[in-house]
Amino acid sequence: MATEEKIARFREIAAAAKGTSGSLIPVMHEAQELFGCLDYEVEKLVAQEMEVPLADVYGVATFYSKFHLEAKGEYQINVCLGTACYVKGAEMILEKIEDMLKIKVGHTTSDGKFSLEATRCIGACGLAPVMTVNDEVHGQLTVDKAERIIKRYMSETGRK
Amino acid sequence: MSEVNLTINGRGVSVPADYTVLMAAKKLNVNIPTLCYLKDVNQIGACRMCLVEVKGGRGLSASCVLPVTEGMEVWTNTPLLRETRRGILELILSNHNRECTSCIRSQNCELQRLTKELGVTDSPYERAEGEGGGFAPADEKSLSIARDPGKCILCRRCVAVCHDVQGVGVIQAMGRGYNTVVGTAFDLSLADVACINCGQCIQACPVGALKTKDDTDKVWAAIGDPAKHVVFQVAPSVRFGLGEEFGVPAGGIVTRQMAEAIKLLGVDKVFDANFAADLTIMEEGTELIGRLQNGGVTPMITSCSPGWIKYCETYYPEFLPNLSSCKSPMGMMGAVIKTYYAENAGVAPEDIYSVAVMPCTAKKFEAARPEMSVGALRGVDAVITTRELARMIKEARIDFLELAGADFDELIGEGSGAGTIFGATGGVAEAALRTAADILTGQDLREIDYTAVRGVKGIKEAVIPIGDLNVRLAVVSGTGNAGKLLERIKAGEADYDFIEIMACPGGCVTGGGQPIRSSDEKYKKDFRAARATALYQDDVEHEIRKSHQNPLITKIYADYLEKPNSHRAHELLHTHYTERELYPANI
Repeated sequence: MATEEKIARFREIAAAAKGTSGSLIPVMHEAQELFGCLDYEVEKLVAQEMEVPLADVYGVATFYSKFHLEAKGEYQINVCLGTACYVKGAEMILEKIEDMLKIKVGHTTSDGKFSLEATRCIGACGLAPVMTVNDEVHGQLTVDKAERIIKRYMSETGRK
Repeated sequence: MSEVNLTINGRGVSVPADYTVLMAAKKLNVNIPTLCYLKDVNQIGACRMCLVEVKGGRGLSASCVLPVTEGMEVWTNTPLLRETRRGILELILSNHNRECTSCIRSQNCELQRLTKELGVTDSPYERAEGEGGGFAPADEKSLSIARDPGKCILCRRCVAVCHDVQGVGVIQAMGRGYNTVVGTAFDLSLADVACINCGQCIQACPVGALKTKDDTDKVWAAIGDPAKHVVFQVAPSVRFGLGEEFGVPAGGIVTRQMAEAIKLLGVDKVFDANFAADLTIMEEGTELIGRLQNGGVTPMITSCSPGWIKYCETYYPEFLPNLSSCKSPMGMMGAVIKTYYAENAGVAPEDIYSVAVMPCTAKKFEAARPEMSVGALRGVDAVITTRELARMIKEARIDFLELAGADFDELIGEGSGAGTIFGATGGVAEAALRTAADILTGQDLREIDYTAVRGVKGIKEAVIPIGDLNVRLAVVSGTGNAGKLLERIKAGEADYDFIEIMACPGGCVTGGGQPIRSSDEKYKKDFRAARATALYQDDVEHEIRKSHQNPLITKIYADYLEKPNSHRAHELLHTHYTERELYPANI
């Protein structure tokens, strides 16, 4: 869908929901689905169409972890920071990946290839520490092992 | 409303059924501690300071959101409550930048006061350092309001007043859990979002997280510069608030002490902005009669309040043609000081440093507007609030309450009673009616108390017969109320000839730059009414109570401006407005 079509579609959604109490969050989900994220332009559109202050939209977007302000990368890296992973050094792995990709957790690389998130327990404690890259699960990580895995994805995408 | 009987600490009390336990306790003078509670503005049970024990209740309850019920037994001062409140305070303090001795709100801080009163001497908790360590940086970019997130206790009183009372909503709670901050969308500066600079958030803040952008250094520098001729103008409302900063009860009038104190700071001349209020009436009254008689754009809406002006420019630009083209009294005074006064005093305008003392934070923004300049110079070089003036007086070690008092300086020094009432909601409308009625009837009318437009109600309406005209009038204070009224006009549900709008609820006497009173003080006393009572008292004590009868006004028209709305008057005293974007173009 072209951007104009998406905006037109969103306007219909917002017009139907506007004025109904509690409709902001579902409308924001629809916006994120359509546009891929809730960046400044998208939140501005939500605020305009729903006739609520931009600060309210941003407040909701930053409260719920399912909303994101930046588009997700081609590769979504989730590092588990659940208790088992945490005590086995997941934080150091996270720091290493932040270092390699030159982004902070919660952000996407400028070329749009990688997004990095910290997650709560994903239920693979036996493999701790663990991370997922899209649908692939990588367990029993060390800092070195994580580095090798990320390097492999980077070379797949032609990143240095 | 039916009454409900309950006991608090064993004492019986009967209160209306819509009361909360907190309100019932206040009726018994039981002062339950609060931080996030602000009467009529914020009742959300967020801070947990107001916890009470209720017999048969599960756990402790926040009394600010707990409705009274028949036969309820409430306890407010048990060992468990004292212990719990201390624990909550310790947690709040652990994430609060405790630079109390040098904080602007020291000794007028609700958190500091509770800490002392509840016997908390320190916090045993370490603050978890966020990204980059330290507290989030302060936002000092706005000309009117500075934000310091390190002091914020997340009570949300500012959020409620900005969104619910003022209809603006540029601040909100962002993020969640320990990382929650009260801030703006995308962490923009207040200068870059649709903030109207009214400063009601400062009035609501229990701590030093929101404060006026301080300009006292600039003023001290000008006073200390022998090449500068420093001239002050003082707004009507300042004299009805300033005394409170020195312990005078609300409603005290300190006009003459204020004038003397300003002179003692080392200022060359002190003028009364009431003079400019009179000038505004001459210009705006003439403009109104012109619009009504010649089929101009109506309703005509007043333009004195810079918070309202920015609100209109941003949220209701379709009403810009309705705004009076008159500059605010401060703007007019600035122009007159740099021209008429400069010529009469034989001082070069570029050597004059013109300072305005205002009850208002938005005036700092207004003074910097390019259309307020006089040639290449600014009409007003610096604006300080009532609170900043009080600080300067204290810093100069002037014993304010011991002063005998002094007059304002001559030429543009004195105003009428009509000028003084500009400070309360309804005052500008009343002052305009006094003059318009005399002009249209050709008489010196005696009945000049237009009580229908007085009082603290947010929207007042009246039809006032003047000569052959029936003037349909609305008087609004608080931009949230202004939005409501403008929506009704847009929908064709209401129509008026003349509307007075002030950005702050109650008008300038409770402007963003006036003395800050605590939640508890505001519960017990309506400062809008207390300060307005003083103002109407001051009006009656004036021998001249109509703007057009002020001899200094007659003189400036005879000697300099020719007549109201003349070419010269338009050049100096009128302005224009700019539509503003609700959202910044890019971030």
